[in-house]
Amino acid sequence: MSQDILDRFRPLFYPRGVIMTGVSQHPGKFGSVALHNLIRFGYQGEIFGINREGLECYGHRTYTAIGDVPKGRADLAFICTPAKINPDLLRQCHDRGVRAAFVASGGYAEGGPDGVARQRELIELADELGITLAGPNGQGLISTPVSMCAQITAPFPPPGPISAVSQSGNLATSFMNYGVLSGIGFSKVVSAGNSAQLGIADYLEYFAVDPETEVSLVYMENLDDGRRFLDAARAHTAKKPLVVLRGGTTDQGTRAASSHTGALASNARVFDGACRQAGITRATTLEEAYETAASFAVQPLPRGRRTLVFTVAGGWGVLTSDAIALAGLELIPLPDDLKSEIDKLVPPLWSKNNPIDLAGGETRDTIPQVLELAASHPDVDAIVYLGIGTQDGQGQAFRSGKFYPDHGLDRMAGFHQSQDLRYGTAAAEASAKHGKPILIATDLVYTDREYGNAGPTGVKQSGRLCYQSGHRAVRVLSHMVRYSEFLQRRA
Amino acid sequence: MGHTLSEYDSKKLLAEFGIEVPDERLTQSAEQAAAAARELGLPVAAKLCGAKVSHKTERNLVRLGLENESAVATASAELLAAATSDDGDVGVLIAPMVSGRRELIAGLIRDPQFGGCVMLGLGGIFAEALKDVTFAVAPLDDIDAHDLIGALQNQMLLAELRGERETNRKALAKLLCCLGAIAEARPNVASIDLNPLIIRDGEPVVVDALVELVGDPQ
Repeated sequence: MSQDILDRFRPLFYPRGVIMTGVSQHPGKFGSVALHNLIRFGYQGEIFGINREGLECYGHRTYTAIGDVPKGRADLAFICTPAKINPDLLRQCHDRGVRAAFVASGGYAEGGPDGVARQRELIELADELGITLAGPNGQGLISTPVSMCAQITAPFPPPGPISAVSQSGNLATSFMNYGVLSGIGFSKVVSAGNSAQLGIADYLEYFAVDPETEVSLVYMENLDDGRRFLDAARAHTAKKPLVVLRGGTTDQGTRAASSHTGALASNARVFDGACRQAGITRATTLEEAYETAASFAVQPLPRGRRTLVFTVAGGWGVLTSDAIALAGLELIPLPDDLKSEIDKLVPPLWSKNNPIDLAGGETRDTIPQVLELAASHPDVDAIVYLGIGTQDGQGQAFRSGKFYPDHGLDRMAGFHQSQDLRYGTAAAEASAKHGKPILIATDLVYTDREYGNAGPTGVKQSGRLCYQSGHRAVRVLSHMVRYSEFLQRRA
Repeated sequence: MGHTLSEYDSKKLLAEFGIEVPDERLTQSAEQAAAAARELGLPVAAKLCGAKVSHKTERNLVRLGLENESAVATASAELLAAATSDDGDVGVLIAPMVSGRRELIAGLIRDPQFGGCVMLGLGGIFAEALKDVTFAVAPLDDIDAHDLIGALQNQMLLAELRGERETNRKALAKLLCCLGAIAEARPNVASIDLNPLIIRDGEPVVVDALVELVGDPQ
């Protein structure tokens, strides 16, 4: 079963060669952009561009006809030619050994009754030829294991454990943009277009068994077969987290119904219920969707709700505590033994409570030590760490002012920078060692526009995500807790 | 379109699938009604009952809190007299009075995308305003059912509250699972309303039920 699924998708995501139709020398044409991206990002397989005149493109030889492509060397076709000629091209590609196609061309079901007929014809042909067909009317797909950027738009994200499918190309782009920023990247991303042959459920079935996908991210608007989606989602969440962002859910239009129950039903409410049953993580915004998927990818799963806040200053901790309460997580009282351990490390001014606020009493190794102590405590399931980068913020003020490097500022700025740089790694190490998530949040991810502050930089270097605020970290944590509880209930 | 079962037959179907329903008597005359009330114990409610009887409350076809046998007889005679030819075959359903300050609504629908779905929501006078309802795709296992209950926004209304006992979640979950089982076993059931589902001493009681079947009546 899962071998069949892997075989069906292999030519789409691991092609040994790609036939690219509609290539020209005009860098504004879709075919040329896709060819450019395929070459530019170092696709590991062979590329066969098709150009009627056989003109060289980006230093690349092209073929005047698909029939000239050597048999058996390409198993994927990327098609962005006019809809009416595509059935013929698909047959020719099949004749060359192609087993999968991404159809970027428009003019299908999105454009009226004629398009619907053309789409049906295309899919019937693909089914007849045994071709796995993505799209039509999609912007492309990427697969980082083979360095394949087959899409008519940027970017190409770094490799990583997330796979995504989107019913809107621009949301796929946004997901990948976040991957570029954070460094937590993707294995596969596909713009599903009109989802004519391959729907969301098909991609989920594949991601569930794909060994290189550890978490899936979905943007969807339409659902054609709720039961199949539910089954695919259940099979997925039993093994890996699944984050779904759905557009168009404010349509609460109740149905004409003779029963009270029917009058209270709406697509959105029923979908919410199905997602809850299937253990799907529902995000409500783009950033929440990405941050949650990325966190699933790099953080250990919390075992429960017992949360500790660690902050270098008061207000952040207060706001984050509020967010924890609102999210239904548990801000635990600080355990006595942990309190006495921390007492040995810092002067008595510290908070002696949760949030742990060191009130400026920390010295060189205090923060890594406290993180390690807190993560090791059996009553703690998760930690939110606030205020990283504060030291280096001052360090940058020292470095950029006229007193620098005199008055000892050189040494002090260097100390601040190296300290804030190591905290991210210290947190990641304590997190990995004890199998508990430690989420680090600072506005500097956003407010330090140069992204040069050592705090967020260190978090990125540690392979983790740095959140823009305590409440965004808590939102992600609550999703992780709920998925963990789902798995425990179903265990 | 579909057609509905009478309240009496609706509850019989629910009982077949393990849903506890109150002990009620379908009667055909004022005398029978009074006798049934005596057996069940007063006070009782009397309701006009028939497959085609709808809008019972709006048409004043429900009489609550009948304290003695003569009140039962009078009310039943009035109900039978109020029936019109459109109501078809009718009787008077005599039911024990169920009192509780908290009301839920539960049900079953056929969703165009997911098929049979079980619903639970807050009932009573704030139901329309709060629209606190949750759904789950049938069939439901025990975990699904408990999650469905847990997904209601106003959990405090299920907890111990102002002298009311905590709602028996196990009993409620069992009822929801049974609704899911009906969805699976009876494809001809188009919808079910259990409205209201009154919480009495913490236990959910099916006070009214309406089952709608697909197709025309035989």
